[in-house]
Amino acid sequence: MSTRLASGGRLIDRETPIHFLFNGRKFPGYAGDTLASALLGAGQQLMGRSFKYHRPRSVVASGHEEPNALVNLGDGGRFEPNQRATVTELYDGLEARSQNHWPSLEMDIGALNDLAARFLPAGFYYKTFIHPRWAWKHLFEPVIRRSAGLGRAPVERDADRYEHYHTHCDLLIAGGGIAGLQAALVAGRAGLSVLLLEQSPHWGGRSPVDGATIDGAEADDWVKIALQELESLDNVRLRLRCQVAGLYDHGYALAVERLADHQPGAIPPRQRLWRIRARHVLTATGAIERPLAFASNDTPGVMLASAVRDYVVNWGVSPGDRTVIVTNNDDAYRTAIALHEAGLVVPMVVDARPGVGGPLAETVRALGIRVESGKAIAKVLGGKSVGGVAIAAQAGEGAVLETVPCEAVAMSGGWSPVVHLWSHCGGKLIWDEVSALFRPDPARPPTGADGSAMVTPAGSANGALLADAVLADADAQARAAVKALGARLPKSAVPQVETVAEQPLAATWIMPQGAGPALRAKMWLDFQNDVKVSDVQLAAQEGYASVEHAKRYTTLGMATDQGKLSNINGLAVLAGALDQRIPSVGTTTFRPPYTPLTMGTIAGEARGVLFQPLRKTALHSAHEAARADFEPVGQWRRPYCYPRPGEDRQAAVVREVKNTRQAVGLLDASTLGKIIVSGPDAGRFLDMIYTNMMSTLAPGKCRYGLICSENGFLIDDGVVARIDEQTWLCHTTTGGAERIHGHMEDWLQCEWWDWQVHTANVTEQFAQIGVVGPKARLLLETLGGMDVSKEALPFMHWADGRLGGFPVRVYRISFSGELSYEIALPASQGLALWQRLMAAGEELGVMPYGTEALHVMRAEKGFIMIGDETDGTIIPQDLGLSWAVSKKKADFLGKRAQQRSHMTDPDRWKLVGLETLDGSVLPDGAHLPAAGENANGQRNVQGRVTSTYYSPTLDRGIALALVHRGPDRMGEEVPVQDGKGGTVAARIVSPVFFDPKGEKQDV
Amino acid sequence: MLMLTCPYCGIKADETELTPGGEAHLTRFGPEASDEDFESYLFQRKNPKGVHFERWRHAYGCGKWFLAARDTATLEVFGTYPAQSKAPPKRLLTAIRRKRPGWEGWE
Amino acid sequence: MSETYAGYVAVSAARPGGMVTLRADPGNGKVKTALTKLAGALPEQRKLIGAEIAGQPVEIAWMAPDEWLIFCPRDTAADLVAALDKALDGLHHLALDVSDTRLRFDLHGAAVREVLAKLTPADMAALPLAEMRRTRLGQVAAGIWLSAEDRAHVIAFRSVGDYVFTALCHAARPGSEVG
Repeated sequence: MSTRLASGGRLIDRETPIHFLFNGRKFPGYAGDTLASALLGAGQQLMGRSFKYHRPRSVVASGHEEPNALVNLGDGGRFEPNQRATVTELYDGLEARSQNHWPSLEMDIGALNDLAARFLPAGFYYKTFIHPRWAWKHLFEPVIRRSAGLGRAPVERDADRYEHYHTHCDLLIAGGGIAGLQAALVAGRAGLSVLLLEQSPHWGGRSPVDGATIDGAEADDWVKIALQELESLDNVRLRLRCQVAGLYDHGYALAVERLADHQPGAIPPRQRLWRIRARHVLTATGAIERPLAFASNDTPGVMLASAVRDYVVNWGVSPGDRTVIVTNNDDAYRTAIALHEAGLVVPMVVDARPGVGGPLAETVRALGIRVESGKAIAKVLGGKSVGGVAIAAQAGEGAVLETVPCEAVAMSGGWSPVVHLWSHCGGKLIWDEVSALFRPDPARPPTGADGSAMVTPAGSANGALLADAVLADADAQARAAVKALGARLPKSAVPQVETVAEQPLAATWIMPQGAGPALRAKMWLDFQNDVKVSDVQLAAQEGYASVEHAKRYTTLGMATDQGKLSNINGLAVLAGALDQRIPSVGTTTFRPPYTPLTMGTIAGEARGVLFQPLRKTALHSAHEAARADFEPVGQWRRPYCYPRPGEDRQAAVVREVKNTRQAVGLLDASTLGKIIVSGPDAGRFLDMIYTNMMSTLAPGKCRYGLICSENGFLIDDGVVARIDEQTWLCHTTTGGAERIHGHMEDWLQCEWWDWQVHTANVTEQFAQIGVVGPKARLLLETLGGMDVSKEALPFMHWADGRLGGFPVRVYRISFSGELSYEIALPASQGLALWQRLMAAGEELGVMPYGTEALHVMRAEKGFIMIGDETDGTIIPQDLGLSWAVSKKKADFLGKRAQQRSHMTDPDRWKLVGLETLDGSVLPDGAHLPAAGENANGQRNVQGRVTSTYYSPTLDRGIALALVHRGPDRMGEEVPVQDGKGGTVAARIVSPVFFDPKGEKQDV
Repeated sequence: MLMLTCPYCGIKADETELTPGGEAHLTRFGPEASDEDFESYLFQRKNPKGVHFERWRHAYGCGKWFLAARDTATLEVFGTYPAQSKAPPKRLLTAIRRKRPGWEGWE
Repeated sequence: MSETYAGYVAVSAARPGGMVTLRADPGNGKVKTALTKLAGALPEQRKLIGAEIAGQPVEIAWMAPDEWLIFCPRDTAADLVAALDKALDGLHHLALDVSDTRLRFDLHGAAVREVLAKLTPADMAALPLAEMRRTRLGQVAAGIWLSAEDRAHVIAFRSVGDYVFTALCHAARPGSEVG
């Protein structure tokens, strides 16, 4: 059993004991603990169950690479699943629960899967659950879903705050171990702006644990001295708990700073996402130790040798009284020494290499520790914890030579540089045969905006594994980066390290190398996704020769840890099974982020009221006061209707339509786009932009116009007013203001740049109020100030003046068919005018109306809506708008396209009205079925409904539709889908349902 | 996430401050054009793996359209220049040829 | 919208001022001469300068090579448009009173650059004083400039005023200092 040592632990503060809950039980720990070290210290080795076989699992690693010790952390609004216990800083009152077990961690029904493991190999699901077909949906999937999956999804709203922070620097250094610190010293002394980010709460990386002596000082002391100098440099910024999570194009990097994860509910934001633009990036991200593949290597108590060392040295935790070391390299001997120094017993060092020698092995032997060369662990004994190991010859098939009782196993299969960031943005790797590792290929780096290398790897991340090599490499790489950035190289020496020479590693992918099927089926490669040596070999045998395919078939490396421990081992096993060299099998591509990040961090401030900008008109507060029911129109919020107490939406809309048709209504039309187009060539320009003629429009008059894309398709419409000889004001749809302004600028800047035209988007300058209905003129006259009679201001004219003291521009335009004035005035005065109109119109029965009443009234008049009657494939000619397409003009945008054969085809669907025979309202988007089937065996259709409403004016359903040769079929009865599987009969009629002669608007 | 320098305001703009506009240096064909010419103008785009000339608008900045020469595979940016250009600047073409020997040219 | 938020940088909605947009081509010598004569000087690329037009104190911001935004006392905007139209009479230009188009927010405090950097990809550390940086602020377009090391100003479209103010307050919340 693991336990807390009586002394030691460089990171814990034994004076500050704290308590936490694990699965509801109270445990003690110390400030400075991680959740994993505290659990181990308290003797709680069992931390979870595996994904597929529900095998008992404990912690394997001590860092971000941890595959097993995932917990549900926190509670309520601070609940988060899949948190790695190894990097979860302990705080008083922390609450964690283990995952993936039922009913309890100790007693898990799902573990029956383990007994059936030989029936659950790779691809089992694909092969088994295919037949019978019905069973997947009703039987297999529900059962599998219940037993699969890791943590629980949070239910409550995230209680924390997050933010982003953009910053720029010359050199971003990822990783604050000795390599990162040395690189920062070099670049900082060179005067570059340096950002040094370290993911853990501590500087120095592994070196203090590994016990290097740098420039005559202990590693810890050297780190302190380096930090002192860095902190004195104004041009260097240092951050702990800040992980560079992803590296992207042109020096863009994302880093996650964990500000309050270790102090929940504290004032700072929980996490801050750094969005960094670096001229150059140096990755000093270190290396990760690899497990060894021997039978039952997933038993709780089997850990990485480096992790065992970390727990002993950093947190004063014993992994167990007796720890067997199993290795293929010299580094694990340091763990033997650390355990021995802590007073613990190392019964044996099992070394796969034959004839082990060298200083480290000799030191260990001198401590009285038994070193066995050429040996392997045949299997681990025990279930929920290690009881011992069976020893065999590495060269053999697993015949047990002896059994060594122990409580823990420390394994080391060599080290893999953390090359993720290098790979994120396209850097390639090379296979280093000597150290059996992939490292960045300096010939194929990620490149930046100028085409030169954008990333420099340094230290262990570059394959330099020993402290002296790490510092020499970091210094050299930093100097190269400084030079590439054009700064002057500082004069300083490489720190000198007293180093112990190491013997070469012997690549060991399966232990023992001749292990038979029974053993291989218990050798775990990917602990989190439960992938074993036998699974990868099966994939190879079944023809999955590509690593990308084998990975997906077996799910190797596809868990939340993205295979940090398993990728290389899995690749090597696959290469072995395919009888190929590792580099020719290839590697998988690492994708950002390095470790999963919280959704809240990605969203930053963009949640709640800041989720997206809501555009509000100048009259918004009046609508709120009138309890408007708002609807989104793009980013605008517009009143859909203004329900009165006791009214539902439908009733409100009916009342608003009737009141506008019979008395007077007010509409907030401020969202309509308004673009000023001005200059000597403005008329000529608008003749190109609009399908109809705008240059001939007389000042003082308005004209409805259509805008098409070069494809000929209708993209916007609106009323254009000619202001003076050189100036026009173009109204666009609500959604069209920015788009059409951009469209105009595009053609002006990129095609007709010699034309003298200026545009200005003045949409937001004005509030615009529609005063609509037979009593509209009466209402304006009560305000007084300008003549709004038919004679002074006829239909489709506009005039400037003052109404009730307000400076206004009044347009006689109508989207309802009623007598209508649209009044524009500076936005800051809009609310006052609205309130004045509401007050003055009380006796006339004035009511505001919303977008739905607007839509109903325009449909009654057969006016099209961009986005309802158009969908990006509709030309004006489809909509009966040929009258607004000039035949005289030599050219306009879309003219040539509208000549294409498909556009002039008489078989196109065209706009008509539909009236149901029974008066009912057709469903939105309903199709008009036709006889027969198309080539795909689908029922033929002859049209579709584009707008459909209940018309309060006509007291019946009305609809607009695009119908095959529609205008030629007036009066014909057609079937329309009723949305319930049947059809309803409708008659094809004119799209203008109300006041076809337009008499009401022109009074 | 690209960074491109707007030639009008000299700002090194973040990709999120820009909007893309597709291939640059298209010749517009109008009402008199043949079907072939019009098809090529409207639909045929180069889409090379390598050097590409493209339109960008500094939408969150000065609002101006500009043109960029960029390698679509490596994302190397060779240069940016005003949209009021019938052809890429000679100096830019020389620079691209120096970096990409054997490049087939922009037309 | 509350008037001032006391964050670690103070955020306030500025009192409405006058704004006039001017479009004209300074590449045209006559335009340049006329404008220089009227205002005394024109701002260099991206710059913001103080000037006097028709007896009124104004600030002229470079917005694009052929676009300026002129800040003036609110009640003088119409006169300013008239003065510009007069000075540029016969020359292709467009001058408009856009006082209600945008809202201005003022930030005051030592960390104004840092607070803005939470919302904009622009390099706030490198922005010189009196330089107009048109950029993205959160999810909307904005113009940002510093009149002093501890004073920053933001203009954004009127309809998104609530969004901008709330986003600035979020960024300036005490305890969220980046340092």
